[in-house]
Amino acid sequence: MAIDFVAIAPEIALTVTALLVLAADLALRGDAKQLVNPIAGLGTLVAIGFTIFLWGEERVTFGTMFVVNEYAVVFKLVFLGSLLAILGISWRFFAEGRYFQGEYYFLLLTAFIGMLIMPSARDLLLLFVALETVSIPAFVMAGMRKRDLYSSEGALKFFLIGVLSVALMLFGMSMIYGFTGTTDLVGIAAAIEGETASVPLLLGSVMLVIVGFGFKISAVPFHFWAPDTYAGAPMPVAAMLAVASKAAGFAGLISIAFIAFEPVAEVWAPVLGVLAILTMTVGNLIALQQRDLIRLLAYSSIAQAGYMLIPFGLARSGAGAAAVNDAAVQAVLFYLAAYAVMNIGAFGVAIAVNRRTGLRSIADYAGLGSRNPLMAMALTTFLLSLGGAPLTVGLWAKFAILQAITVDVTGFGLTMAGFLVINSVIAFFYYLKVIRGMWMGEPAEDVPALQPGFNLSAVIVVLMVGTLVLGVLPGLISDYTSLTSVMASG
Amino acid sequence: MDPNTAGWALVVALFLPLVGAGALALMPASMDREIRRAAVVITAIAFALVSVIALSFDYGRSGELQFTTDASWITAINARFTLGMDGISLPLFWLTYLLPLLCAIYTTKHLPAPGKPKAFLGLMLLLQTGMAGTFVAFDLPLFFIFFELTLVPMFFLIGMWGGPRREYASIKFFLYTFFGSVFMLVAFLAIYFTSGAETWNIQQLSEMAPFGSATFQTWAFLGVFLGFAIKVPMWPFHTWLPDAHTEAPTIGSVLLAGVLLKMGTYGFIRIGLPILPDGALRFAPVIGVLAVIGIIYGSLCCLAQTDVKRLIAFSSVGHMGFVMLGIAAMNEAGIQAALFGNIAHGVITGMLFFLAGSLHERYHTREIAVIGGGMLTKIPKYAVMFAFVAIASLGLPGLAGFWGEFGAMWAAISPGLGLADTYGGLYLALVILAALGTVLTAAYFLWLMQRINLGNPLERWADEPLEDIQAIEWVAWTPLVVLVLALGVYPRLVFGVQNDAVVNLMGYLGG
Repeated sequence: MAIDFVAIAPEIALTVTALLVLAADLALRGDAKQLVNPIAGLGTLVAIGFTIFLWGEERVTFGTMFVVNEYAVVFKLVFLGSLLAILGISWRFFAEGRYFQGEYYFLLLTAFIGMLIMPSARDLLLLFVALETVSIPAFVMAGMRKRDLYSSEGALKFFLIGVLSVALMLFGMSMIYGFTGTTDLVGIAAAIEGETASVPLLLGSVMLVIVGFGFKISAVPFHFWAPDTYAGAPMPVAAMLAVASKAAGFAGLISIAFIAFEPVAEVWAPVLGVLAILTMTVGNLIALQQRDLIRLLAYSSIAQAGYMLIPFGLARSGAGAAAVNDAAVQAVLFYLAAYAVMNIGAFGVAIAVNRRTGLRSIADYAGLGSRNPLMAMALTTFLLSLGGAPLTVGLWAKFAILQAITVDVTGFGLTMAGFLVINSVIAFFYYLKVIRGMWMGEPAEDVPALQPGFNLSAVIVVLMVGTLVLGVLPGLISDYTSLTSVMASG
Repeated sequence: MDPNTAGWALVVALFLPLVGAGALALMPASMDREIRRAAVVITAIAFALVSVIALSFDYGRSGELQFTTDASWITAINARFTLGMDGISLPLFWLTYLLPLLCAIYTTKHLPAPGKPKAFLGLMLLLQTGMAGTFVAFDLPLFFIFFELTLVPMFFLIGMWGGPRREYASIKFFLYTFFGSVFMLVAFLAIYFTSGAETWNIQQLSEMAPFGSATFQTWAFLGVFLGFAIKVPMWPFHTWLPDAHTEAPTIGSVLLAGVLLKMGTYGFIRIGLPILPDGALRFAPVIGVLAVIGIIYGSLCCLAQTDVKRLIAFSSVGHMGFVMLGIAAMNEAGIQAALFGNIAHGVITGMLFFLAGSLHERYHTREIAVIGGGMLTKIPKYAVMFAFVAIASLGLPGLAGFWGEFGAMWAAISPGLGLADTYGGLYLALVILAALGTVLTAAYFLWLMQRINLGNPLERWADEPLEDIQAIEWVAWTPLVVLVLALGVYPRLVFGVQNDAVVNLMGYLGG
């Protein structure tokens, strides 16, 4: 079996970079150790180059396990772009803290290798391997502030719940293999379609697999780990968990749901739709009560996962389903890309404010507008975008989801749209609370001056400009996402 | 300038304030005075350009779009960048450039705490682009963007420069209006997919209308209705307005009353009616009833207010009720009256909020009882000015306020599109109640005049050196006073411009 090395070039590039980083960390001493960050950045750029080269091509390798098409390329670019941004916000944070830098960057890159595989995987086993490649480094990274009890607690919670859900998923996968006799996603779809009567146990296994991904995207009720883990983990790791790792979960869920389980969409779509409603509502309501910005962002990202689950609730099977399903997948893809830009940006500001000052509660942000207008403006932009205000990319993300709903209007779709609207308003309440504090609040006495540093400021400015430019010209993303289709031949 | 080819002029006029806001942002904050002057220059250039556009507008073809631009924008969803202007857009668009100019002039001398003219004027200019774009955008997503763009600057204007309860008022304003507009967005998407024409163009959709089932028309109109009714605001969606107005700085109130509310009624006329005629027809009686409730309720609330600015805010609810009554009549006269009422209310109430702001600057209170009368002896010119505008607002014939209110009632006696057959009695009752509302309007304004203008000044003000109208106020206010008179004496200024466009619109409605 010949392997198409071009198809896996981005993954190879990241793997080589990860090993280089580990070796460089051994060779470098003292302050020079922070140079592993630019090495990782260069490797990422190379991977981005390979990925862009793959645009427009359709490659299948490792049998039919690994597929590179436009859908996968867009996803990979979202991951690699997030990786670049996360490297940018990590540099000073890890160089100045007492961290093992080489190990961190190695683990980070490894997790991203798993993410790159995710949208290309067309086999249950490969999906499982990819998911574990994302999760296991993340468990370690979450506990990297090892002198901090909260970090250990968060990491342990993350690990236990993660392992449990993975076990359930594996159980589900094994039963699906038992029923269908294949681990190939397309083969599973054909086998399920072949069943004349519905098999309750098969549907049960479908649910078990979905639960595994529900944990990864922190959908309610599998979200309990997220706030504690985000708050305890080093902030760049929290950004990674909230954005990239969540996007990886969505990539896997899309493959599982829209390829393998498409014939039984009638069964899982309502379940995921209800999960969407629960997730956004619970996330937003709890976010209202938060006093710590990272925890607020954690609950807000749970709510955002709820919005992104809406398109799954729209899925159909059978004839005429393609239009709805394609629109649904494109909406999720667009939302993820937008979400990566604005949410990493928000975490970036949190890191900038926290750097050398230790500030993290929302009360500490009072008067930020007069202390550091740039950071205040950036956080304002990101929060408005997360809410979906005009001239930010967040509006178009919501637009994409509403658009998917109206492709073929159903009562359930409209119900979800109603919840989306109400939740957007609730979400704005707490976003505006932070914004109001920054611009209209009085800064507390003797707050230390912010020292975001050049690197971090540059990353934040780029993300802010990106949020605004994409807000005016969303076509820069949607022209590509609208071409995508999960199915290899689509 | 040739109105057929000079689409660029409209684009320049539209984005000039935005560019100006960027230019202001680059000026160092220490150049306080220069920043304020720069804002005057920017708004003056924009106003001059729009006046040139208005002069070269071909009034013989005011039913057609002129100064059009049509460019591809977001290909994935077929959204286009379509601008244009017809007789309905022109007066509102022009007003959107006049008021910010006057506001900028006013701000050279008056700026509430905490100062920061750079941020204040920058936000005002951003707001201006949002408002202006709403009136010339002819593609639904573009319209939506401009419509929503006004939220953020207004939120900051109220929240940073507002009164004591500014934080509550600003968040309420934002959340309330945002809530409505998301439903509107859902309706827009439904329109797009139901029409099946792969276009968002407002004119093309109007020409295709009516499309879709009766259920679709009802639900889509409900979505559009929520978005616009909250903006207008119609009773019972008005509760954000008194808070926002009371807390907003003077400039914020002027622009809110002068232009922002008009975006709601304009939306009904430009989008709700022609694209969803069946839904609109079904909702017309509901709109009429809510409008008249708004008229009566607004007037009664005015009678109960103790704060001058809050009183004016509630009077907006009543006046916008008349505008909506005109729309509910669903005939040519009604639409004409509604659009005229829009302009008249913008000019008059904008002016009233200027006056209320200046009142506060002088007395440091807006409580009627604390002011306690005698303005005619204390500051006579100001008092006469207040009386003049208040009388215009209560709808005295010969001044601007009259034509909109009278026209709306006149139109509603014989509503169009078959409404007269089924709901003739209801509309007659509505007109009678609305007429009663005009009496109440007169009552609260005259009572207000009696309480603050007449009588002798209270002892506490006896030794206060209160200043009469300042030079800068004369400059900012004279154009509005002239407009109040001109529109009252010669209403064809607006009616004539709009006529062909309204006839076109009624064509879409099948009337």
